[in-house]
Amino acid sequence: MSLSHQDIAAIGLSMKIAISATLLALPFGFATAWLMVFRNFRGKVLLEVLVNLPLTLPPVVIGYLLLLFFGRNGWGGAALKAAGIEFIFNWKAAVVASATVGFPLLVRSIRLGMESIDRQLLQASRSLGATWHDALATVILPLSFRGLVAGSSLMFARSLGEFGATIIVAGNIPGLTQTIPLAIYDYASSPAGTSMALSLCAVSITLSVGILLLHEVIGKKLEDRDSA
Amino acid sequence: MRLDIDIEKRLGSFSLKMKASLSGERIGIFGASGSGKSTLVHMIAGLMDPDSGELHLDGTCLFSSRRNIGLAPEKRRIAIVFQQAMLFPHLGVKANLLYGYRRCRPENRKINPEKLIEVLNLQHLLDRGVNNLSGGEKQRVALGRAVLANPRLLVMDEPLSALDDALRYQVIPYLRSVSEEFRIPYLFISHSVPEMQLMADQVLDVANGCITGISTPDDLARAGMASSPRGYLNLLNLERAHLHDRLFHYPWGGGTLIVSDGKTGEGSLFELASRDIILFRKNPEAISARNMLKCRVGEMFDSDGRKGIVLESGGEQLVAEIVQSAAVELGITPGSTVFAAIKASAFRRLG
Repeated sequence: MSLSHQDIAAIGLSMKIAISATLLALPFGFATAWLMVFRNFRGKVLLEVLVNLPLTLPPVVIGYLLLLFFGRNGWGGAALKAAGIEFIFNWKAAVVASATVGFPLLVRSIRLGMESIDRQLLQASRSLGATWHDALATVILPLSFRGLVAGSSLMFARSLGEFGATIIVAGNIPGLTQTIPLAIYDYASSPAGTSMALSLCAVSITLSVGILLLHEVIGKKLEDRDSA
Repeated sequence: MRLDIDIEKRLGSFSLKMKASLSGERIGIFGASGSGKSTLVHMIAGLMDPDSGELHLDGTCLFSSRRNIGLAPEKRRIAIVFQQAMLFPHLGVKANLLYGYRRCRPENRKINPEKLIEVLNLQHLLDRGVNNLSGGEKQRVALGRAVLANPRLLVMDEPLSALDDALRYQVIPYLRSVSEEFRIPYLFISHSVPEMQLMADQVLDVANGCITGISTPDDLARAGMASSPRGYLNLLNLERAHLHDRLFHYPWGGGTLIVSDGKTGEGSLFELASRDIILFRKNPEAISARNMLKCRVGEMFDSDGRKGIVLESGGEQLVAEIVQSAAVELGITPGSTVFAAIKASAFRRLG
């Protein structure tokens, strides 16, 4: 198995994008999950549909909508241009694309964690003098930590594999926006690229298996700690 | 403590409408499950808003739909002990205990944590996690946590219901000693008459979302005498026992009570059912029951065809229960003298 400089750049970029996307999505994911679990408001069903939409929508559609929004003539594009930020066909666009596509997975895991918190624990903390944001930080956050870890690792893994949305908003520029899946796509379409493609596939599988193992180990550790 | 309640609330098909003014330090809220007790205290604590009405605690407005006031729960300083201990599972015993204390303003911190830990006998648990405590230990930590928040009012929402009988009576002495030691006014919610007798001075009766009356625990116990399976339960705090012939002799009233399951060295709480007392007009000469008390008949009361007889001896009282016709045949009237026979095994030690 051999990896070219370009392949190594793709692996590095994939990692960078996946980590950034996960970190970017975490606060929003936590806030969204909290809204859906602990707050009652009008249009909750709508939010639910919206959050889960990327799960069922073809990633290409998401990429295209992001391109329209952040493109030269979109609202987001105009704002970014005013701020002097290079976005489309840049690794930053790949981060936003990955964050959007992986978002439902993150929210689902955090939500599962939050739903298992007994409401009376929150009532107890409030009656003991905690404000709602104090209760959020000292009861909800630590008790949904497992969900946060599980969601982050799933989202990270999903981001590593992001293809459809990324290729539309970030393009497939070697060394700049080419991630592992995009590189494999390139190799697959050239007759001599089979072994190169297979090498990257092996890297992909190793990374995924590693993350899923880590996911299990951390989950187990947290479970042990909780029951200690 | 003074609490003014005038609220309404609808929850699906259940509707609650309550109006009462309470003043006292040890108030019981009594009613069957589903009667609205918990809903009431949730609204008092601010965990649920009434649809309309007013709530005032010691002159502070907690809620008023008219003036659009709804004080946040953390500003009410009303701590709750739930049926399940509801300890924070990610914190240890000590951090649980101090959760409310740390959030209490320094000028309101009147209770010394060390003193409380001593009263609740929690020293040896401080460094433990909360997930492997026993049910009784958990409830003691929950009680300590609530008290250490230095609340103006402590709400105990059926704190003993999740415990089995033995544990319940292990926790009750702690509840009592905490309330005596730290003098925090409380609302004690329960559907158990003996718990009311032990924990409350006055009782708010709740049924079907309404307040049906304010009475004393003794009234409650007397009213339920005929319908409850064991009759009126006399609760006796007995101490200074000495052991003689494998029986425990406790000084009581003008004489001695002989009990088979007692304890020397420390005081114990005993329960004696009104149906376990047999009355005689004259002193029977030979009888197997170990206790034969000469008593004066104080009050007599009716409960669904049964007669409750209040027996007095040396300043102490016991309630015995007989049927109407027995009262007539024996000619028992207030002021008359009777002999009460009680088996030594009829006293049930609670804790």
